[in-house]
Amino acid sequence: MANVELKKVKKIYDKNVVAIKGADVSIKDKEFVVLVGPSGCGKSTLLRMIAGLEEISDGDLLIDEKRVNDISPKDRDIAMVFQNYALYPHMTVFENMAFGLKLRKYKKAEIKTRVESAASILGLTEYLKRRPKEMSGGQRQRVAIGRALVRQPKVFLFDEPLSNLDAKLRVQMRIEIKRLHQQLQATMIYVTHDQIEAMTMGDKIVVLKDGIVQQVDSPMNLFNNPANKFVAGFIGSPSMNFLNGKIEKNEELEFLAGSVQFGIPNELDLHEKLNPYIGKEIIFGFRPEYMYDKNFEKQKQLSVDLNLIIDVTEPVGSESYNYFHFAGKEKQTFCFRSDSANAYQPGQNITVGMDVRRLRFFDIETEKRIA
Amino acid sequence: MKEIKIQKILFYVVLFIMTAIYIGPFLFSLSISFNAEQDVFQWPIKLLPDEWTLSNYQRVWDDLPFAQWLFNSVIITLIQTLSNVFFAALAGFAFARLDFPGKNILFSLLLASLMIPGIILLVPKFIILNEFHLINTYGGLILPGLVSVVNIFLMKQFFETIPKDLEEAALIDGCSYFRIFWQIFLPVSKPALAAVAIYTFQGSWNEFMWPVIVTTTREMFTLPVGMAFLKNEFSVQWPLLMAGTILISLPTIAIFLIFQRYFVQGVASAGLKE
Repeated sequence: MANVELKKVKKIYDKNVVAIKGADVSIKDKEFVVLVGPSGCGKSTLLRMIAGLEEISDGDLLIDEKRVNDISPKDRDIAMVFQNYALYPHMTVFENMAFGLKLRKYKKAEIKTRVESAASILGLTEYLKRRPKEMSGGQRQRVAIGRALVRQPKVFLFDEPLSNLDAKLRVQMRIEIKRLHQQLQATMIYVTHDQIEAMTMGDKIVVLKDGIVQQVDSPMNLFNNPANKFVAGFIGSPSMNFLNGKIEKNEELEFLAGSVQFGIPNELDLHEKLNPYIGKEIIFGFRPEYMYDKNFEKQKQLSVDLNLIIDVTEPVGSESYNYFHFAGKEKQTFCFRSDSANAYQPGQNITVGMDVRRLRFFDIETEKRIA
Repeated sequence: MKEIKIQKILFYVVLFIMTAIYIGPFLFSLSISFNAEQDVFQWPIKLLPDEWTLSNYQRVWDDLPFAQWLFNSVIITLIQTLSNVFFAALAGFAFARLDFPGKNILFSLLLASLMIPGIILLVPKFIILNEFHLINTYGGLILPGLVSVVNIFLMKQFFETIPKDLEEAALIDGCSYFRIFWQIFLPVSKPALAAVAIYTFQGSWNEFMWPVIVTTTREMFTLPVGMAFLKNEFSVQWPLLMAGTILISLPTIAIFLIFQRYFVQGVASAGLKE
């Protein structure tokens, strides 16, 4: 197995279209790393550069400390699983999985052992003689994974492998891939646009936007300590609420945005970080998960109250997502999560508590997190 | 409902007329081929012979060097069909999948060559082959038809519909570009290859103009040319000509019937993905 290191990797297409603006990512042996970001952010390009399907315009790509920029895909010892499976339609499942080994001149007996073992891991044993068109989407994707598995490569690459599956199957395959990772202890790099997939699967997540790496961190750190407003909004579902307002200083620091006003308790020790912004406009971010209805839940220790007006309620089973606005700010909609037992009516005025330890503040110009 | 019914009837009437126009002459030729020579010009025209005879077919085989012409036609058609399938696929793959300098210009030039009417090329082609002393040889008959731009275009269009992922998966699996072509693209392109083969077979088998120009002796004739020489200045042996013509059409009809599925697919879409 192997480390993968990207050093100032750039991708520049013809006519100076820059797809990747210098990515520095270090992937350790046995790590499951997810590249995530909105479409067009360059995540697939980055993966394809690691695979060798896309030329690297500048910078270095190292696999196991060896620079592989100019090495062809077949000699990089990687295997890739594609979004639309890319199975050879005229070959059986067995032949599909064996093809790469045959080309590498493995002995027949070895090929058979490897294919059969991969098939048994993936539950494909009884389908080995079938052709791809006789199989369902989920089974085809398993074959595609099997094709990568038999090669026992240094690095597994996945390019949005679950996007073509239905929601239920996607969750199932997600778990299977994760289990496979634990079983194989292999380095895996996984591309997705789905932040839930990223959060649930990755040991480490690389968030990309416009060809720039925004943050590389563990899922929980991304969620709790996003580097900037983009990461804060991208990670988490429903996403973080943002409200522009001013920081003022009275007895304690205060956040003011029209009808929304609250003090930032001194215990939080945010003075040093927020002092330079006193009198200035900043972005205040709060997650739907860290708000609670005081009628139903016990008052939290460090909490501020917010008055809000309910617009729409979306019950999704155990919980509800309640979309609301603040008085005087009808145009901006926010969201908070509640137990679905709490039924709210549209137009209802309620007071909710907000866990202030979870508040985040962002610079309005750079959008970087201040605190 | 009524409107749909009328539409349907109209549709069938038109279809029937079209079919009659196309198949009528063929059936009439078939009928003449079983006629005795003297009965052909009877008035009023008889659609079926008074007396059925196979003597015309016998005479085609016995009196003419039919076997030699058949051999010539088979050799030429076979070589041209195989080479067209091979070269069209190879060139189509290169144009569809490989990046090389001047690719677009080269392809535009190829397409532009389609604008030149074939008839204009007859004389230059003849002069060139004459320089190489290829007139009245198999080389002269076969060489000009080894590749065709239309077939290259057809294969290029088909290969472009094959997902790029398939090629990339093969690259990662360890294929060279030629292996990708040979082991991945060719096997999944059967409908398009069959279409190219059928078009070429048909065109090559029925080709008249070029063989008539490039051959000078009877034994180098192909079947269509040989048949044409049954029409001489003063008389035409119609039953003999028709018997020969029917014999010539048999392979084309057989191939069409066997590969009809591919043929229709090829015409409709040059083979969409499954």
